[in-house]
Amino acid sequence: MIVNGVERPRPGSARRLLSDYLRHDLGLTGTHVGCEHGVCGCCTVLMDGRPVRSCLMLGVQAEGHQVTTIEGLAPSNEALHPVQQAFKECHGLQCGFCTPGFVLAIAGLLAENPSPSEQEIEEGIAGNLCRCTGYASIRRAVFRAVELSGGSRPE
Amino acid sequence: MTTRWFGERVLRSEDERLLRGRGRYTDDLGEGALEGCFVRSPYAHARVVFVDVEAARRAPGVRAVYTAADLPFGEMDLPLLIPHPALTQGRTQRCLASRIVRYAGEAVAFVVAEDRYLAEDAADLVEVEYEPLPVVANLEAAAGAERLVHPDVPGNVAAELTQDAGDVEAALEASPRRRRLRLRYERGAAQPMEGRAVWARWDAGERRLTVYDSTQSPTSIRGGLAVLFDLPETSVEVIAPDVGGAFGPKIMLFYPDELLVPHAAMQLGRPVKWTEDRREHFTAVNHERAQLHEVEVGYDDEGRIQGLDVDFVHDAGAYTPYGLILPIITAAQLPGPYRVPAYRVRFRDLYTNLTPTSPYRGAGRPQACFVIERVMDSIAAELGLERAEVRRRNFIQPDQFPYDTGLSWQDGSRAVYDSGDYPRLLEECLRLLGPRPAGDNVGMGLGVYVEGTGVGPYEGAHVQVLVSGKVVASTAVPSQGQGHATVFAQVVADALGVDVADVEVHGGDTRRLQWGVGTFASRSAVMAGNAMHVAAGLVAEKAKRIASEQLEVDSADLELAGGEVRVRGTPDRAIPLSTLAVLSNPLRYAFGGGAEMATQFTPKPRQGPPLERGEQPGLEATGYYSPPGSAWASGAHAAYVHVDPDTYRLEILRYVAVHDCGRVINPLILEGQVQGGVAQGIGGAFYERLAYDEEGQLRNASFMEFLMPYSTEVPELVIGHLETPSPLNPLGVKGAGEAGVIPVGAVVASAVEDALGIPVTEMPLSPLRLFDLDRLRAGRPR
Repeated sequence: MIVNGVERPRPGSARRLLSDYLRHDLGLTGTHVGCEHGVCGCCTVLMDGRPVRSCLMLGVQAEGHQVTTIEGLAPSNEALHPVQQAFKECHGLQCGFCTPGFVLAIAGLLAENPSPSEQEIEEGIAGNLCRCTGYASIRRAVFRAVELSGGSRPE
Repeated sequence: MTTRWFGERVLRSEDERLLRGRGRYTDDLGEGALEGCFVRSPYAHARVVFVDVEAARRAPGVRAVYTAADLPFGEMDLPLLIPHPALTQGRTQRCLASRIVRYAGEAVAFVVAEDRYLAEDAADLVEVEYEPLPVVANLEAAAGAERLVHPDVPGNVAAELTQDAGDVEAALEASPRRRRLRLRYERGAAQPMEGRAVWARWDAGERRLTVYDSTQSPTSIRGGLAVLFDLPETSVEVIAPDVGGAFGPKIMLFYPDELLVPHAAMQLGRPVKWTEDRREHFTAVNHERAQLHEVEVGYDDEGRIQGLDVDFVHDAGAYTPYGLILPIITAAQLPGPYRVPAYRVRFRDLYTNLTPTSPYRGAGRPQACFVIERVMDSIAAELGLERAEVRRRNFIQPDQFPYDTGLSWQDGSRAVYDSGDYPRLLEECLRLLGPRPAGDNVGMGLGVYVEGTGVGPYEGAHVQVLVSGKVVASTAVPSQGQGHATVFAQVVADALGVDVADVEVHGGDTRRLQWGVGTFASRSAVMAGNAMHVAAGLVAEKAKRIASEQLEVDSADLELAGGEVRVRGTPDRAIPLSTLAVLSNPLRYAFGGGAEMATQFTPKPRQGPPLERGEQPGLEATGYYSPPGSAWASGAHAAYVHVDPDTYRLEILRYVAVHDCGRVINPLILEGQVQGGVAQGIGGAFYERLAYDEEGQLRNASFMEFLMPYSTEVPELVIGHLETPSPLNPLGVKGAGEAGVIPVGAVVASAVEDALGIPVTEMPLSPLRLFDLDRLRAGRPR
């Protein structure tokens, strides 16, 4: 599989979760594990550009696919991805544990639909739990990310 | 002309790292460590007949399996953290249970293997035979005492405490009107997104133990481990790295893993790590909230309270590791912002066969606020008065501070409110709330609260100006998302006249600051914030002392600004802090910025020894802040809600929070704390319920069934600030971390009652519960 643009060997064990493979075999610890049953969304990564829950997949199931983790999202060490930039500007994170999952879910949403409606934004983030922010700043960050990536902001 | 950072919406310095996935949470560290896994009791109360670990020990990759019999401290009761004279029947658990288990989730064995998968495989091979015992599964069963949690604790009563301020019986007797209420608050859980984790390594050569722990109090953990393992405190290092939320229950001394992981690392000579999974977090990590209150209130025809008599029971869970802090806070804070001329409160802390309880954001206050605000609403209903008007008539007035409640506070001192303006809070809240939206089944809810924040004993900070001119500031309190690195940098930057970006803050690392307490009780901004202010002030004085000698100007004529010490009014006469940092350390060998000024052949030879008597090298200082008493924050929340008459779905149409935490260091971060607190409050008021059955089994121990709010359930708050500075500390600040959550139960109860006309006497509510209550009211129970 290709992870953040780099070809990686298949997981050593067939039962290795994709989340564990990324975190502990590849050292990509920005993918977080919050519940291990697919509800909280902390472990969200992009597979072929679409958000998936890496705790609900085996590593071997990602064979032949492109995986993007939070470490692979920013274009450079200097610049952030628009969603990351928006989170920073809007205080979209506190403890930061759910953040990579949110950022990737939103990046996936905007890649598919650069000018989502408010309803589509609400649905786009309704699969991720955050226990710190109370979501208002995250919603603001999505609106800001739409602006930063050249989409039109919903009324 | 000096920039002031205090009060600015400074963006967080923490964020870029976290946004790039470069956070360092405990489970992100310790590559190659052995990994642990617990065997936990499936029974809420049982005798352990035998534990057979032989098969597990032979399993692939297993390095050790521990039962109580394998531990040198296996027969030791874990510490009772905060003893109280009234806690006559305090009980704590052992690291691993060997005879009796008293809640489902209590640890019985600990497996250590080459990786987590192998450890879990082996844990499945541990055979434990249990003989189930009768279960005390809720507060009613505990109070009934037909079954006992601890056979030697009569009536399941861990403690009983009565406090009074005034003659409540006479006051009730003399009251024109009296009313009784019975109010219930159920168990809740903090559920930070990161579970708990511990990673330990032992350096046998240096005899040094290093522990990474997702704890709120690394200093306390260090102290406890040093005692347990008989090591000097200086040989034990405890670090809380990035912590993925905590909200209270990540402070304990100890959870069993906090002993077992270091013990295994020392015994096996290899680093060991344990990372909790969500399922075990549900039962192995402390809960809070469950209380049952019997209230009698006496009041006059204008709705003024004359006397308040409260008798409540608190669900301790199976053990009392955290003493009586929760019921003490409830008892002391129950009168809230109101004058209660005569108040008596009695509580009993009762054992149940459920997970132990310790503070969760709010810590006894949501219950207290719920009770007094239900009392206010019931007085209003009885007298046909507006709910806000009853509150106005009972408020402590702004000219009554300091206001002595006559009650004992959680630190043993008297609860004395330092400052506030409750009438203004309420008026501002109602103004922001605006007119009631049109439509049926719409209700308005209201809740006003006070919060004793910033409890002692003390907190410290070390501030150092480096020879680069950058500043490093350290405190013992770790952050779990509250933005410490940003707000403390603001405080330090102001004191030293530097850019906030030039201040790097470290927290929760005993290697950087030996002494401190921890992050809890809305205390970090008050305690560590003021310690930062004190320490940075000492550094500023020192910088001026050195500069005054160099510039031959009196210290009093100097000021710190722009990264320099300048002569007031003559800004071109200045020395950069970087140079002063070099000068502060008289060296034979000089390096760093301005080094040529600091050698023994310095351009200004001084009389006497290079280091003046009593002076210490380095442009640095350690400062401490210890408060004379708590700083009392306050707030008023109000909401309009709509309850669907068919589905009983709750929709929050508008939610206003007006908050007074004294002077605000960073409004951006404060608003985030309030919004997040309210979101947790909404969860606890309408969605989250720990569903225990009669056998003490938690039936919804997953995020599939324990329903925490998503974005769809939480509205954007309208937030208002009021600032009545605390006179107790130099910065004038009060705590804000817990505030948001406190009144939400009271607000939702008030609003739902108003919308549906159903008396609400319990928390949490849910659509199903509202359906049942509505049917009961209509005389058609399900």
